[in-house]
Amino acid sequence: MSLTRRDFIKSNAIAAAAATAGVTLPASKTALAGDDPDVRWDKAACRYCGTGCSVLIGTKNGRVVASQGDPDAPVNKGLNCIKGYFLPKILYGADRLTQPLLRKKNGKFDKNGDFEPVTWDEAFEIMREKWLAAIKKSMEENKGKPVDKLTSRVAMFGSGQWTVWEGYAASKLYKAGFRSNNLDPNARHCMASAVGAFIRGFGIDEPMGCYDDLEHADVFVLWGSNMAEMHPILWSRLTDTRLTKPGCEVHVLSTFKNRCFELADNGMVFKPQTDLVILNYIANYIIQNKAYNKEFIEKHVQFNKTPTDIGYGLRPEDPREKKAKNRAKGKLTKITFEEYAKSVEPYTLEYASKMSGVPKKQLLRLAKVYADPNKKVSSYWTMGFNQHTRGVWVNGLLYNVHLLMGKISEPGNSPFSLTGQPSACGTAREVGTFAHRLPADLVVKKKAHRDIAEKIWKLPEGTIPGKVGYHAVLMHRMLKDGKLDCYWQMCNNNMQAAANMNEESYPGWRNPNAFIVVSDPYPTVSAQAADLILPTAMWIEKEGAYGNAERRTQFWRQQVKAPGEAKSDLWQIMEFSKRFKVDEVWPEELLAKAPEYKGKTLYEILFENGQVNKFPYEGKITDDRGNEYDNDESAHFGFYVQKGLFEEYATFGRGHAHDLAPFDMYHKVRGLRWPVVDGKETLWRFREGYDPYVAKYNPDGKKGDVFFYGNKNKNGGRANIIFAPYEPPAESPDDEYPLWLCTGRVLEHWHSGSMTRRVPELFRAVPQAVVFMNKKDARKYKLRNGSKAKIQSRRGEIICKVETRGRNQPPEGLIFIPWFDAGRLVNKLTLDATDPLSKETDYKKCAVKVSRA
Amino acid sequence: MADSDKRGKGVSRRQFLSITLKTACSVGLMGIGLGFYAQRANALPPMAIRPPGALPESDFLSACIRCGLCVRDCPYDILFLGQLGDDIPTGSPYFIARTGPCEMCEDIPCVKACPTNALDHSLTDINQARMGLAVVVDQENCIAFQGLRCEVCFNVCPIRGKAITLDYQHNARSGKHALFIPVVHSEACTGCGKCEEACILEKAAIKVFPIELAKGELGHHYRFGWEEKAKAGRSLVTPDVEHQYNLPEGVKYDLQGKGLIIEEKAEAPGEPPFPSNPLDTLNRKRGED
Repeated sequence: MSLTRRDFIKSNAIAAAAATAGVTLPASKTALAGDDPDVRWDKAACRYCGTGCSVLIGTKNGRVVASQGDPDAPVNKGLNCIKGYFLPKILYGADRLTQPLLRKKNGKFDKNGDFEPVTWDEAFEIMREKWLAAIKKSMEENKGKPVDKLTSRVAMFGSGQWTVWEGYAASKLYKAGFRSNNLDPNARHCMASAVGAFIRGFGIDEPMGCYDDLEHADVFVLWGSNMAEMHPILWSRLTDTRLTKPGCEVHVLSTFKNRCFELADNGMVFKPQTDLVILNYIANYIIQNKAYNKEFIEKHVQFNKTPTDIGYGLRPEDPREKKAKNRAKGKLTKITFEEYAKSVEPYTLEYASKMSGVPKKQLLRLAKVYADPNKKVSSYWTMGFNQHTRGVWVNGLLYNVHLLMGKISEPGNSPFSLTGQPSACGTAREVGTFAHRLPADLVVKKKAHRDIAEKIWKLPEGTIPGKVGYHAVLMHRMLKDGKLDCYWQMCNNNMQAAANMNEESYPGWRNPNAFIVVSDPYPTVSAQAADLILPTAMWIEKEGAYGNAERRTQFWRQQVKAPGEAKSDLWQIMEFSKRFKVDEVWPEELLAKAPEYKGKTLYEILFENGQVNKFPYEGKITDDRGNEYDNDESAHFGFYVQKGLFEEYATFGRGHAHDLAPFDMYHKVRGLRWPVVDGKETLWRFREGYDPYVAKYNPDGKKGDVFFYGNKNKNGGRANIIFAPYEPPAESPDDEYPLWLCTGRVLEHWHSGSMTRRVPELFRAVPQAVVFMNKKDARKYKLRNGSKAKIQSRRGEIICKVETRGRNQPPEGLIFIPWFDAGRLVNKLTLDATDPLSKETDYKKCAVKVSRA
Repeated sequence: MADSDKRGKGVSRRQFLSITLKTACSVGLMGIGLGFYAQRANALPPMAIRPPGALPESDFLSACIRCGLCVRDCPYDILFLGQLGDDIPTGSPYFIARTGPCEMCEDIPCVKACPTNALDHSLTDINQARMGLAVVVDQENCIAFQGLRCEVCFNVCPIRGKAITLDYQHNARSGKHALFIPVVHSEACTGCGKCEEACILEKAAIKVFPIELAKGELGHHYRFGWEEKAKAGRSLVTPDVEHQYNLPEGVKYDLQGKGLIIEEKAEAPGEPPFPSNPLDTLNRKRGED
């Protein structure tokens, strides 16, 4: 490598400066990958959060040697957060799993044996044996039952970090192949409440706005979102607007002071669960001051109420569930505007301030920005709203405020649900890998929807069961109760992530009747608790697609090969499907409707159906610059697997407001925001001019007007304002357990830390989870900064170091512990209470006590 | 300043002994650069940081009897003693921030252990320690200066929000992101080195240096006006009487604030909601295609 004159002067200047400071530098700089012509550069979506930054990956000799933020990506413009900076290192942890591992004793599978390496063939054979036995049992149990009463003993726990086609292939294998709706993603822990509110409010999932709202809003309000740490690049955009736009304000609401408060003009710490009160107060303020947008309400809104006293999603025998009058009920009742106004009337400023602990002045200031017709307000939320026993309600209460003012579906006016995971939208939601869903917002409960899926998948009528499957939390309960026999976890770490590990997750997984398979690149807590571990190709070791929070679908090509025998989730799913003859897993009467399938494997029926295997594979993938890439799945199966799956999947949404562009297009762009109609992206939905579906579904509408077409068949295209009251959380502090426990994340680590904790620099930056605590509480329990504390709940205990001066500053009475640390499993403490509507766990509220360890 | 001047000139007996011993050794071991080595050993290398409460370097070297008690009592084993052949005076205690920063124990056991007051016993609040000063030395490679969201130094700083703050700036390159620039404040930084240890670069962009090396000094004649005003709580010279201006209707002038203010005319009703937004215009055309 030759140095230019400029470089030479620069490096000499540095050397001179270093010499004065007494620092020695290496004599020659090592060659930078950017200047090396042998490094192949290609784009990929970041592996981590729902922001969806794009990165450029430099590979040489089959190894990732360099990375950079993608300067041409509209989301991040070349930037990364600290996790993204270290992306290549997640591939090269020293303890990557490279071969299947089975618990064995005396050469045979034994639930209590030690892990021993096995071949893929042996791994799939034991899986087949277990799956087949469970399916046979289910078929016995299902004899004579109609299609909407079918249950199954096999399950899969998937991921919002799966690629689009992995989720799609899993959905086909389970819902059609195994006829089991027991397929749920970890997005259940993450976005289910947001989904519930989208469907209830707008009849269609996912945000109406996009990230461009970040430059167009006058006011930002954060509701239970530590965006400063969890969506670092979006926070950077929000901060820039705050800095550069005159009059821009930032309001932050949280149950503890987090890093967003550093920028806040109006930072509010409220008592847990009282967000329900504050939002109803704002609605009441808007109505009392007649600030609401009358024309908008009359044309575009329907008022409703929801059943109350709905329980907490606990086991039915729990006294809290027995007491609930309308357990898990959510059917809306239409009400008038006057009735709605009457319902929110008790939520006065005095009451809201008293309940929430937020000073009146601050609440009033917040209410005023929403009520000001000349201020464009964008509201953001994440887990504070979603992981909430009234998550669907509280999401809805925020929409109420935006809808009363008509502040929706236009630049800068946006209620925006931020997603946690890179493809919570793209895979979990759009593909529909939930226990109740099918692709493109279809649901298993409705026969018409099942008919659509069966038609596209070329399956006989009645193949897909009509009963909603077990959701994430229920799966663990069913494992423990012996009603679920086989559980396959992919692309996440649910033993660490699920609540109430001691009473539900662990006993469920270790139930002698249960067979647990974990597919992972690393030996996680889940892998340790499994019976069979399958080594997995991760991220850019396969061709992939993610869909971010703003409906942006992004693709990447396979950049490198996976180590050893590690295989992608897609390969695992498809290869496993070869092991079953349809005659073994479908009852005769169903097979009788499609006699041509007799004797065929599930693989042949699901993936060699003339659609998925439609596109030939030329033996390599070539980009527009002539670079060549592997595609290990396509080479193995003999057709362009990803393209075939994507194109079949896309037929669900095209023409139905979920339009995706042709497959090849995505390899040429840094993502496109759906619906993509005639090659054009949609930035804001439901408004004529921005969204082509408005004119299609509401041809007589005015130019620039909104039409909530998701509800066109339900109420003529209106959004639902849904009144819901304050109700207390499932568990609150008392004399014995006097503190609130809230869990969450930190900037440096992604979720359970299985990837980021293997990056030495990130590990060093935040080596372990600490308990963030108010100084006064620490003093009260005879603790101080750095000392060890024992934290106990009714369900378990852990020991953590105390942090009283850290990035999070809880108020007295609340502690915060991040969950990334496999050495300090905070989910031993949490309660598996869920929103009874969305089934999403409330990880933000349970009662604990603290003492010196 | 006076301290460092003094150190430049005088050599204490102890220093002399230490240097001589080292010199002798280095002659024996290598037989080269005798004079050069003697000179180097006199100045503490910049990455070697003295324990909390250490007196100014020359006083410290005079007072320190090389007993090693501070090293023994450090609960985190971060302190080392200079070895023969080191650039550090033999037997004197130090730590290296990058590999083992000071944990800032509230009871400061190293100071308590010092029998000679070389570590000043009047230091009872660890937050008042001034072991060194953190400096963002490499602003070209510090990823925060490029707009990446790192802030690890800020996040690990035990004097949170005081010793290191983040200065928000507009990112002119990307046009729509902010920069979160770490700024060290000498009035709060103890020099513990946590930031240098945690810096995620191959080589730390933020480093702790001895204060004499790290700190600049303002011209003795000059004051920062706004700081003096804040200190005094009022203007040092009586503020102006109210100004009057010739201005057209709808225009105001704010002397201390925004300057010229042209009041915006109310938007005429019936106009499209966001005519100033180029995306709006672009998409509107699409609908009419």
